[in-house]
Amino acid sequence: MSLDPVSSSVPERHVLLKALGNRSFLAGVIITGFIAAVALLSFVWTPYDITRLEVSERMQGLSLAHPFGTDHLGRDILSMVMIGARNSIAVALVAIGIGIVIGVPLGTWAAARGGLADDVLMRVNDVIFAFPSLISAVIITAIFGPGAINAIIAIGIFNVPVFARVARAGALSLWPREFILAARAAGKSRVLITIEHILPNIMSLLLVQGTIQFALGILAEAGLSYVGLGTQPPMASWGRMLFDAQTRLVVAPHLALFPGLAIVITVLGLNLLGDGLRDVLDPRLRRA
Amino acid sequence: MIAYLAKRLSIGLLTLLLASVVVFLALEVLPGDPARIMLGMNASPEALEALRTQMGLDHPPLLRYLAWLTGMLSGDFGNSYTYSLPVIELVLERMAVSLPLAFIALSLSTLIAVPVGIFAAARHGRAADTLAMGAAQLGVAVPNFWFALLLVYVFAVGLQIVPAGGFPGWGDGWGEHWQALRALILPAIALALPQAAILARITRSAMVEVLGEDYIRTARAKGLPWRIVLWRHALRNALIPVLTILGLQFAFLLAGTIIIENVFYLPGLGRLIFQAIGQRDLIVVESVVMLLVATIILINLLVDICYAIADPRLRGAR
Amino acid sequence: MQKLATAFGAATILFASATAAMSERTDLVLGVTLEPPHLDPTAGAAAAIDEIVYANIFEGLTRIGPNGQVLPALAERWQVSDDGTVYTFHLREGVTFHDGTTFDAEDVKFSLERAMSEESTNAQKVLFSAIESVEVADPATVRVTLAHPQGSFLYNMGWGDAVIVAPETADHNREHPVGTGPYRFENWARGSSLTIVRNADYWGAPAALEKAVFRFIPDTAAAVTALLSGDVQAFPNLQAGDALPQIQADPRFEVVIGATEGETILAINNGKKPFDELKVRQAISHALDREEIILGASSGNGVPIGSHFSPANEAYVDLTGSYPHDVEAARTLLGEAGYPDGFSATLKLPPTDYARLGGEIVASQLREAGIELEIIPMEWAQWLEQVFTNKEYDLSIISHTEPNDINIYARDDYYFNYDNPEFDDVMAKLEVTTEPKERQELYRRAQQILAEDAVNGFLFQLPKTGVWDARLEGLWENAPIQANDLTEVRWAE
Repeated sequence: MSLDPVSSSVPERHVLLKALGNRSFLAGVIITGFIAAVALLSFVWTPYDITRLEVSERMQGLSLAHPFGTDHLGRDILSMVMIGARNSIAVALVAIGIGIVIGVPLGTWAAARGGLADDVLMRVNDVIFAFPSLISAVIITAIFGPGAINAIIAIGIFNVPVFARVARAGALSLWPREFILAARAAGKSRVLITIEHILPNIMSLLLVQGTIQFALGILAEAGLSYVGLGTQPPMASWGRMLFDAQTRLVVAPHLALFPGLAIVITVLGLNLLGDGLRDVLDPRLRRA
Repeated sequence: MIAYLAKRLSIGLLTLLLASVVVFLALEVLPGDPARIMLGMNASPEALEALRTQMGLDHPPLLRYLAWLTGMLSGDFGNSYTYSLPVIELVLERMAVSLPLAFIALSLSTLIAVPVGIFAAARHGRAADTLAMGAAQLGVAVPNFWFALLLVYVFAVGLQIVPAGGFPGWGDGWGEHWQALRALILPAIALALPQAAILARITRSAMVEVLGEDYIRTARAKGLPWRIVLWRHALRNALIPVLTILGLQFAFLLAGTIIIENVFYLPGLGRLIFQAIGQRDLIVVESVVMLLVATIILINLLVDICYAIADPRLRGAR
Repeated sequence: MQKLATAFGAATILFASATAAMSERTDLVLGVTLEPPHLDPTAGAAAAIDEIVYANIFEGLTRIGPNGQVLPALAERWQVSDDGTVYTFHLREGVTFHDGTTFDAEDVKFSLERAMSEESTNAQKVLFSAIESVEVADPATVRVTLAHPQGSFLYNMGWGDAVIVAPETADHNREHPVGTGPYRFENWARGSSLTIVRNADYWGAPAALEKAVFRFIPDTAAAVTALLSGDVQAFPNLQAGDALPQIQADPRFEVVIGATEGETILAINNGKKPFDELKVRQAISHALDREEIILGASSGNGVPIGSHFSPANEAYVDLTGSYPHDVEAARTLLGEAGYPDGFSATLKLPPTDYARLGGEIVASQLREAGIELEIIPMEWAQWLEQVFTNKEYDLSIISHTEPNDINIYARDDYYFNYDNPEFDDVMAKLEVTTEPKERQELYRRAQQILAEDAVNGFLFQLPKTGVWDARLEGLWENAPIQANDLTEVRWAE
């Protein structure tokens, strides 16, 4: 399925005003901001040091000392969830970075050149899209060993064709436009036109896509860590916490509650933000 | 039309060939020795060597690639290292779990999502729409494995009305069939929910778009009942994007159930691959991945063809 | 012959059902954690194979009993020559394989030679290393000549890797095992379950169960609900972890925590700096808190060990006091060894629960003493290659589940990189000693040497948590060998 977005030009006026009036955007900003703040806070302060285990205090329920309880090794779950936020955001963010840094130049280049280059790029895209992403991620982590870095690579690889497609589609719709034709007539090179005119104009498209990929990246990291291929202990990760919770579901269900809620809230926030951004930046993009 | 189909088909085959190279190379660099995994820590070097010869691992990679490729073309997917069974047999066994699971999940998500999407579109902008889409928004954000854990906790650990995992096999007779089906209920629900959320949003926006078209207004102006306009005219035209997503979701459900199969310990395709990678049963991994890739390509092809039939203008374009 | 056998079988069943109470159950569903890759115990190391076929489908010349003793099996009795090199096995007569063919001395010769041969893919080829030749004296007598006396030979012949197979069916045992045991293979629904049924033609007392189903349930939550709902009536070794207290409190079930042969250790690369230094290894031993490790990695079940030896063994010496948990002592020793500020190292972990959980705890404990560990989790494939084969590691956590395997410390080139001529000497003596008292003495000395050298961090003996319906009897309490022997299992009323 190719998503061929309509050309977009950022509506200059009252973007901010419009944004503040958009409920979805507002909710998204608040939730995402909150999660980001928690993640940042975890760098300087968490209620407990999660590298110190208190095995004798394992699997305690909720209390004042441990508002979210303790896990199977006696660590404070609230602290784990806070550090997990940092981990999730970092993995997803870098994975998007990989997608943008490789995908956008490829996509805009294919759009600028057309012909064979374009065809080849799209075929390679098809191959990557045809691979079941999770299975490929499993193979990648089997090759390089499990760990956060390899999870980033595995997720990042699948972001490349996504951004390449979006950038290509956006660029293709711009090339026949008058202001580009004018620039070409003035003798500007394709590279220069891409940098000066195309990129600024597809920025909003990329921003919206980036938010969606961010949410997907959080889910993917959680999934990989859950099957034991992502972030590894002693680093805290929401997916990993859920894995540890699963075998103890009978005796300590609270272990599964908070990491799961954290994922849901974060992804929800990002999706709301993405929807809101789309509405604000270009109402014509308002599709599913 | 024929030319278009031929082009799509050849592109599909090319993709498949490229994919086979990628898969083979990826598994070639995978560290770990399948023979060592089977014989364990006390195995003597001679025993390991003997087993490697038995598995055909002593041949050069290029030769093994060609043998694998030609084998697949003639329908022979080779023998699993660990199970020493034909791969195709293993795959068929696992399909007996994965296919029904994917079908149930897909039907479930369609049955929930399409009516909800239509309902929301019909009440576009009103409270019911907001509520439905809010729920869908939430559904998209819930990771299916977490939802699965919650389901297990409530229905298997708490109420004990369904098993928490495992699969008894389809068995003989209705009693055993029912037991097998019971084991698939929770996994199917867990898989269906996030899919339903996505599908509901797609259905709604497609319907909203169609409902804004002139001919719908005309139909309404002619005095046709709202229900008929909605179901007969609007839905039919909104169906294409919905079907596209359905096709993709089926491919996803077939391949992407690894996590859910792990939560519930279902012996499906995803789990087969997962185990095979762990045991370095490379031939199984290679063949199953190729099978899944082929399925996805086929579904994409079908979707393309549907598009071409529905919209002749697309035939000329890419 | 076949007809007669069938008729006899039918008569046995009739007889059995006539004497039994009407309500007696003769079926059983057992839950096991892992599914075997295939079913040939002579061609694979997976414990899951033996856990299904050992003593049930396949039998050897001897067998290992519930407490680790050597019992006669297909060999009714045997004589050993005075110099300890010639074993004459007198075989049971009237034994048939499940395909109806008769068992005799030729099958024994075939099985042993198959395991010793060059093309052999036997995972425990070392069991047969002492054998020089196998001769058939007559159909019921086999003479095995050893190159040198071997104290453990009869024990070795009781391993699952040494079972007797028939030449006609040996190549198909992976998918369709044919042995001489009290149960025959019925079918295997891969990924879910495997069924065995009573062998009516069995040479010994027929099994009480008519049918036994092994259901593969690797997940704790699923296992616990399967047990509570009655779908599964026995878990010979349930990885119940933290859910165990709930089951223990339920009068419907019997919970028996026994011992396995699994010595769980913090493996140390003795050949690598700084671990080649005795004081460093002793410091590590002092830094470990076994109680905490057992609590976190094994839910509090498991007997602490101070050397590489099972507490269930008669020759066991309790050496857990050699290096009591003492962070100060650890720091002092590190200082004396030239590492007053500690050092950092890697901890490579295989994918088992005890290793992954234990790893986090060990890392936190060693940090207290100044040793920073980087945890590197691995799949089995990588672990076997990097740690076990190439010895590219500093520390690892692993359970050595082979029975009576203290001799691995004498192996050249083993992954511990441990070398002590005195220990090798004890093992060499043990190899040729057959007198039980002397053997025990040697085993004790061996344990002490390993503790003195602090070769590895000795953690705990992996427990076997048997959970079953309280009306079941005959399941093994301990696991001296990887097996789920169902010969004596029955429903009591």
